[in-house]
Amino acid sequence: MPNLAQWLALLAAALYLAGAWRTRRAGKPWSPWRSASFAAGIVTLIVAFAAPLNAFAHHDLRGHMLQHLLVGMFAPLGLVFGAPMSLLLRNLAPARARAVVGLLGSVPVRVLSHPASAALLDIGGMYLLYMTSLYTQSLATPWLHHFIHLHFVISGCLFSWAIAGPDPAPHRPRWRTRLGVLFLAMAAHATLGKLMYAWLLPQGTGAAIGEIQAAAQWMYYGGDLAELVLLVALMQQWLHWRRSRPAAGRRPFAGPA
Amino acid sequence: MSIPQPSHANPRRTLLASVLIGIGCMAAVDEIVFHQLLAWHHFVDRDTAFALASDGLLHAGELVLLVTGFFMMIELHGASRQAPGYRGPGFLLGAGGFQVFDGVVDHKILRLHQVRYVDNVWLYDIAWIGFGVIVLAIGWLLLRRARRGHAASQR
Repeated sequence: MPNLAQWLALLAAALYLAGAWRTRRAGKPWSPWRSASFAAGIVTLIVAFAAPLNAFAHHDLRGHMLQHLLVGMFAPLGLVFGAPMSLLLRNLAPARARAVVGLLGSVPVRVLSHPASAALLDIGGMYLLYMTSLYTQSLATPWLHHFIHLHFVISGCLFSWAIAGPDPAPHRPRWRTRLGVLFLAMAAHATLGKLMYAWLLPQGTGAAIGEIQAAAQWMYYGGDLAELVLLVALMQQWLHWRRSRPAAGRRPFAGPA
Repeated sequence: MSIPQPSHANPRRTLLASVLIGIGCMAAVDEIVFHQLLAWHHFVDRDTAFALASDGLLHAGELVLLVTGFFMMIELHGASRQAPGYRGPGFLLGAGGFQVFDGVVDHKILRLHQVRYVDNVWLYDIAWIGFGVIVLAIGWLLLRRARRGHAASQR
């Protein structure tokens, strides 16, 4: 039997599929690559929350790190590049779609979805988790444990969307800003990996030195891979913009609308 | 032999893109060959927060420069604006420049890590920095040739 997290992932998948089906039935295009990307994100979530991995994560720091990478870095890439918001907008009546776009342009969403604040929530959350006693507390407190997982799924999606997501992002800063934020986030992530390796973080888990260092290296290289995908996606948008702009004069680039 | 440049080629941008790729490649070679394969210096040599953060910045910078450089090249290529004679010198200037920077600033001024932990490390330093200077010099010579329109490095 799937657990709650897996049920939620399946529900999201069902809604997405229904939306894609409805869109195509109405004669409007919907790229199968988008659907495949979203499905890959969902499958990643379901695997990450499967019972064997949960058990591995509970008694071994490497298991936790694997779960963390899948939940917080790889699944969000699949989900965000599935463009669920665009799909939603295509399936809403114009008045409701306008309301959703208005919500996306509202001040709280604008502040949260700025690349810098999204990066702070995502990478800052990791520093908080591994450099304080939060991690050991989460092992003993189920609700905290679940909350942290939820936080990493959401902040991972927020960050991926803010940097290079295909969904509409009104008021998104230009690509130089986004590239700069991504660079700093990558550096902060790599630094945290090395700090964990050198200072044997998180402390108080009772894990062997080799286990902690392996987990830190998994985080370092795994994070690298996910951030590289994001970097390539951002530069792909940049390339598209450079090629589509008229030869003379520049217009500000904010990603595909 | 002189290579005719496309009339709307963009030498400056071609040079910039290849410098970025050169820096990124050299930094990657340093990380992969010396850190991981030879393990002369390590994943973590000094564990102060400053040293680790500078390592992190270097690593992220290397990836960003490499990918950005490649995409600039793709764009120039697609628009037929690559200036062929400038790619080689740009790559060598970037690679040599990084090598010298790493040898002088990272190893000697910031003292983040040494090339190898042995006696007479200065021999290694001379080899490290000297290699960078030679690559830089070759890049500079090729750049001069390209500027005179005698680019023969690649087509």
